[in-house]
Amino acid sequence: MHHRYDVLVVGAGGAGLMAALYAAKGNVSVACISKLYPTRSHTGAAQGGIGAALGNVQEDHWEWHMFDTVKGGDYLTDQDAAEVFAKDIIDAVYELEHMGLPFSRTPEGKIAQRKFGGHTRDFGKAAVERSCYAKDRTGHMILQTLYQQNVKAGTTFFNEFHVTDLLIEDGRCQGLVAYELSTGELHTFHAKAVILAAGGYGRVFKITSNALTLTGDLMSIYYRKGLPLEDMEFYQFHPTGLAKLGILVTEGIRGEGGILRNDSGERFMERYAPTIKDLAPRDIVSRSIITEIREGRGVGRDKDAVNIDLTHLPREVIEGKLAEITDLARTYLGMDPVKDLVPIQPTAHYAMGGIPTNLDGLCLSDGSGGTVEGLYAAGEQACVSLHGANRLGTNSLGDLVVFGRRAGIAAAKYARQVEYPDMPEGAQRESVDLFERLRNGSGKENVAAIRKDLQESMMNNVGIFRNGKDMAAQVEILKELKARYQGVTVSDPSRRYNSELIEAMELGFMLDCAEAMTASALNRTESRGAHDREDFTERNDTDWLKHTMAYKNLNKADDVIIGYKPVALKGFTRAFEPKPRVY
Amino acid sequence: MTQTTAQASSAPVSASVPMLQLKVKVLRFDPEKDKKAYWTTYDVEAQPGDRVLDVINHIKWYLEPSLTFRRSCMHGICGSDAMLINGRNRLACKTLVRDVAKNGGTITVEPIRGLKVEKDLLVDMEPFFDSYKAIMPYFINESPAPAAERIQSEEEAERMAHSSNCILCACCTTSCPIFWVNGSYLGPAAIVQAHRFIFDTRDEATQQRLGIMNQNTGVWRCRTAYNCTEACPRDIPITQLIEEVKRAVMYGQA
Repeated sequence: MHHRYDVLVVGAGGAGLMAALYAAKGNVSVACISKLYPTRSHTGAAQGGIGAALGNVQEDHWEWHMFDTVKGGDYLTDQDAAEVFAKDIIDAVYELEHMGLPFSRTPEGKIAQRKFGGHTRDFGKAAVERSCYAKDRTGHMILQTLYQQNVKAGTTFFNEFHVTDLLIEDGRCQGLVAYELSTGELHTFHAKAVILAAGGYGRVFKITSNALTLTGDLMSIYYRKGLPLEDMEFYQFHPTGLAKLGILVTEGIRGEGGILRNDSGERFMERYAPTIKDLAPRDIVSRSIITEIREGRGVGRDKDAVNIDLTHLPREVIEGKLAEITDLARTYLGMDPVKDLVPIQPTAHYAMGGIPTNLDGLCLSDGSGGTVEGLYAAGEQACVSLHGANRLGTNSLGDLVVFGRRAGIAAAKYARQVEYPDMPEGAQRESVDLFERLRNGSGKENVAAIRKDLQESMMNNVGIFRNGKDMAAQVEILKELKARYQGVTVSDPSRRYNSELIEAMELGFMLDCAEAMTASALNRTESRGAHDREDFTERNDTDWLKHTMAYKNLNKADDVIIGYKPVALKGFTRAFEPKPRVY
Repeated sequence: MTQTTAQASSAPVSASVPMLQLKVKVLRFDPEKDKKAYWTTYDVEAQPGDRVLDVINHIKWYLEPSLTFRRSCMHGICGSDAMLINGRNRLACKTLVRDVAKNGGTITVEPIRGLKVEKDLLVDMEPFFDSYKAIMPYFINESPAPAAERIQSEEEAERMAHSSNCILCACCTTSCPIFWVNGSYLGPAAIVQAHRFIFDTRDEATQQRLGIMNQNTGVWRCRTAYNCTEACPRDIPITQLIEEVKRAVMYGQA
């Protein structure tokens, strides 16, 4: 089947829904394609808040937010992006409130704000209350509110459609191909502009807060075209996932006063970040936890976790402002945060890297200003490089509303100015081939077994602490896994709702993301933000204050070509010199 | 038909926890080849702390790749995996094995009721979302917005705490006997959504929503069976919220 829309949005999480809303306001026809129902998107799992310098509780300024974002990103953050973001997010939060989002309130009836990791006043002097929240289900409320607004706007949704290919010819995007799960049919979507907002790829790791559906599909499709993925080595581990399960426990838990303790009950963060302690940024807290565990001070039977202690907080704070995670701890661990210490461990959480874009979301085709005409990206899957080497808590929800909005506006503007591009002959050919290969594979390899080996090896070799030896080994492991993947055969012949076929396709996407990530990480011989190397322990601004651009070598299997892109070291009105990152 | 055993655990806990031997009875149906649904039993090993979804994933990944169901987040926030587990509507990712089966026991798994089964545990969600859309599930306030936020007290915000907690999983609506016999009834989930906006002090479309709730597809169809409240995986006191909407309709105001 064939469809035609001025603007197509892929993904119906926060970034996609915001982009769709703003594209529709631009008087163009818009459709949104999602592999789930929109309300199932993973934005809904975000808990703690969305940071904006509203100053509702304490004095705050966008400059402080910009500084925290740049410092939090270990100076790999593009400062123009950080400045646009810190200013725009203030309006964006008010706009969400005007869309009806039920924020928690201050006693004066304003949007409530609380502390979060790495958010400071006066350029690092002390913690500041900047995170706007709706209890501890802020992401859920953003997702619901934006979906509601799209229902109001009459946005066309194609639910449970899996994108299988992007159509790009002569540097211009022409549309895409998608597989309709309910019929097994391939659809061609012809478009003037396409916005990619399909989320992250945390499922390449064994312990992750990410949904089963976060398999990096569009990043991989982009990469398979010979286009670059930026800064893939920077992958954030959230310090507090429920032990063994990896289910997210919001940073708001520390913002409200929760304390991390080791096996002897010591508040160990005092040793690692004396100024802001438990409210240090995520990379620092994650490494501190792993260090405690490695040095034998972990808790639990395997001594591979530490505790988060809320027991000194009033019950109404725990059951009110932190109701979601209280429920999670009770459901999955049988523990009650009101009286029990809850065991947590770092969990793979957020890709700082992804499809490179400019400030309007336009996708970049290289490190020197080339673009893909008509193709935009926003949200976790994109890399406008707001987050640099490490994302601050609450800046993901901010990123998706600010840059989702900008991508929607830019795509609609572009679509109004151009005619439809020509469609290539045989637009569906690549997608048909992909499914043919999976249905008629050569062997008896099992998708789940390969996926499990991928997740365990990535966790061990490209996790929180890294070194050249382990990552070189991982490069070889990935080659083997890709070879095994060639032997996968889908056994279910049915056309309708063939989820076996989908999972097999997703595994292929995950293997690509893992490949780009491992090659990028092996190449960067320094420690910066979330990328921490035991064999190169210092940050090295002389050689490495630059973005990685990883390209698949289309002429040689398993080969990744590494290029670079300069960091924007100045904003439009402010600039922050790289300094040692201490808290 | 019984498939052979394997270990389900993808999730937590440690080797010292005794494994449970379970039978998992799944109601299967593929309209491409089956005239009617049939039960298949799988022998599975699981840890008590495993989620039922871990067990079902295991069956799909290692025993029966064609088994079809929805799932995504694995921790009760996306609402994809609503199904009937041991006869009750639940989210498979929020239901632990130890709460529904003992060693040697059986877990039965069926699709939620009242919506057309498309394949195995996967149902057509469109009628459910049509009901949702019918109540104008979006904030309406046409007066010019202030430069900053609209002021709302903590107490006023708290009125929305329960209803805004809904994840649209459909556990409530598909457990409602009125919904089973009368598909035109909007159902508990849609009423909860209406409550979310009716009791929002900033929203200006209260009368229109009360009008929708007053129609014969609306709130008066509710017979206070409490199934919805029992089924809700997020502990929303749905029956109470429906009663509040009934009262608002009766007195013409929220």
